[in-house]
Amino acid sequence: MLGSLASLGRWALGVFERLGRGHLFLLNILMSLHVVVTRPRLVIRELYSVGVLSLLIIAVSGLFVGMVLGYQLYITLVRFGAEEVLGSAVALSLVRELGPVVTALLFAGRAGSALSAEIGLMKTTEQLSGMEMMAVDPIKRVIVPRFVAAFISLPLLAAIFSAVAIMGGYFIGVGLLGVDSGSFWSQMQANVDFYEDVMNGIIKSLVFGFVAAWIAVFEGYDAVPTSEGVSRATTRTVVHTALAVLALDFILTGLMFGDI
Amino acid sequence: MTRAARCADARTQNQKRRAPVIEPQVHNHAPVRQDTLVEIRDLHFSRRGRPIFRGLNASIPRGSITALMGPSGTGKTTLLKLIGGQLRPDRGQILVDGVDIHRLGRADLYRMRRRMGMLFQTGALLTDLSVFENVAFPVRENAVLPEGVLRTLVLMKLEAVGLRGARDLMPSELSGGMARRVALARAIALDPMMIMYDEPFTGLDPITMGVIVALIKRLNDTLGLTSILVSHDVQEAASIADRLYLISDGLVVDSGSPADMERTESQWAQQFMKGLPDGPVPFHYPAPDYLSDLMGAAQKEGA
Ligand SMILES: Nc1ncnc2c1ncn2[C@@H]1O[C@H](COP(=O)(O)OP(=O)(O)O)[C@@H](O)[C@H]1O
Ligand SMILES: [Mg+2]
Repeated sequence: MLGSLASLGRWALGVFERLGRGHLFLLNILMSLHVVVTRPRLVIRELYSVGVLSLLIIAVSGLFVGMVLGYQLYITLVRFGAEEVLGSAVALSLVRELGPVVTALLFAGRAGSALSAEIGLMKTTEQLSGMEMMAVDPIKRVIVPRFVAAFISLPLLAAIFSAVAIMGGYFIGVGLLGVDSGSFWSQMQANVDFYEDVMNGIIKSLVFGFVAAWIAVFEGYDAVPTSEGVSRATTRTVVHTALAVLALDFILTGLMFGDI
Repeated sequence: MTRAARCADARTQNQKRRAPVIEPQVHNHAPVRQDTLVEIRDLHFSRRGRPIFRGLNASIPRGSITALMGPSGTGKTTLLKLIGGQLRPDRGQILVDGVDIHRLGRADLYRMRRRMGMLFQTGALLTDLSVFENVAFPVRENAVLPEGVLRTLVLMKLEAVGLRGARDLMPSELSGGMARRVALARAIALDPMMIMYDEPFTGLDPITMGVIVALIKRLNDTLGLTSILVSHDVQEAASIADRLYLISDGLVVDSGSPADMERTESQWAQQFMKGLPDGPVPFHYPAPDYLSDLMGAAQKEGA
């Protein structure tokens, strides 16, 4: 009884200690952000491996999600004879919700895990330690460029995801199920508001980008420097990012809903 | 830091190299002797509550090769990280060139590290950069040099370790010995005053080992470096070191020139130097009596 209480306490202490370390780490990153200006090339290189290399999976997933949305929403709408609003229904669910969330989840699996593994392996093979001894700050040289690249990439990828998915919805709705092409687009234009819908989606994807980037670089940097430690860090990145994104999505949706 | 500032910084760095870099701080302890580069005083350090050093004292003379030896797990790597300022001692001081390394601010510590080279046990080469870029890395990061000058500098360092021809290989294409030589070229890229070697001989074949031994000696003599060598390979370390420290259980057990150590009275030193399996360091991990242990197991199985 006492033993389990003690281990519960130890677990809680461990969690708070990690949280504290994570926030100190973030502070450290934010204070080193100026390297983005002084050495933009480092960020650009990471933008390629984090962002550009994630494009394919984001686009393909977007296409499928959009096509499924086209089918599912059509089934509901056609019952009420409202299939001409299919365009706005597809666009709204993507821009406000599915775009940012699904992109963040895919991003955690594709880019976040890779970032954690890369940084964790650099730690395991003493590359980070070696940099410190060469008077090079690994936070500035390794962590900040990756953090910034991930933070920038996610909102852009979310926008691409939504755009491709709308094309998927169009292909199914108009191309296959015979919704009128004109009303598909005009309904979308009429019902999707820039501030209410698009901006809210952008805010969400910025928040998700920040959290996904932070978790990925922190898990890598904080990994136990063994092969098991790195594999655990990779898993934790995906799991924690997914949980954080879904929870934050709920909170953000609640806040934005309150505004209306 | 802007590029121009970094450049200026590097230039003042070069000017300072001839004079003492940082004004020696005044300490209430005995002054450091002029010919001592690294002075370790009463070093205490523990990890996870387990003491690793319990009042270690050592001094490393300028221009010499000093070997710190001890069995695996005594904290040799930890000691080098303490000297490099990557870890902080619980008590005691480490003076490098007369300066307490753990009292330096961040900028001064980094300036000091540019004058220290370190060869990691694993080499720690950056896996996404070629051999050439690995050696160029510390220079590119710490100074702004025209590409032509940088190229000459890197090729000179690679030539010194005999790997000028391997400049375009990636670290994954190198053998263990080659990787260590590249790491060595990188460690001397900033022309440091001292270089720390962490187990430079482990895991090498006899020929490569001989190459590394000769290289350490040659670099020390030709570049006027001070070398700190951490190792448990007694023969190799003794063959090039001017002075040996034997470390066990957080303390210096014995020290002296290799010849002194051969003749040492200390049983522990005798056992370590000669590689005897049993002695003051027992072969067996503490365990209950062998026979009763076996019988106990048999009884449990019978029950
Ligand atoms: N990051 C660490 N956290 C906790 N303990 C460590 C860490 N690194 C090393 N140790 C422990 O410190 C002791 C000394 O390690 P180390 O300096 O690597 O020894 P050596 O290099 O002499 O083999 C070992 O017992 C090791 O288990
Ligand atoms: Mg070691």
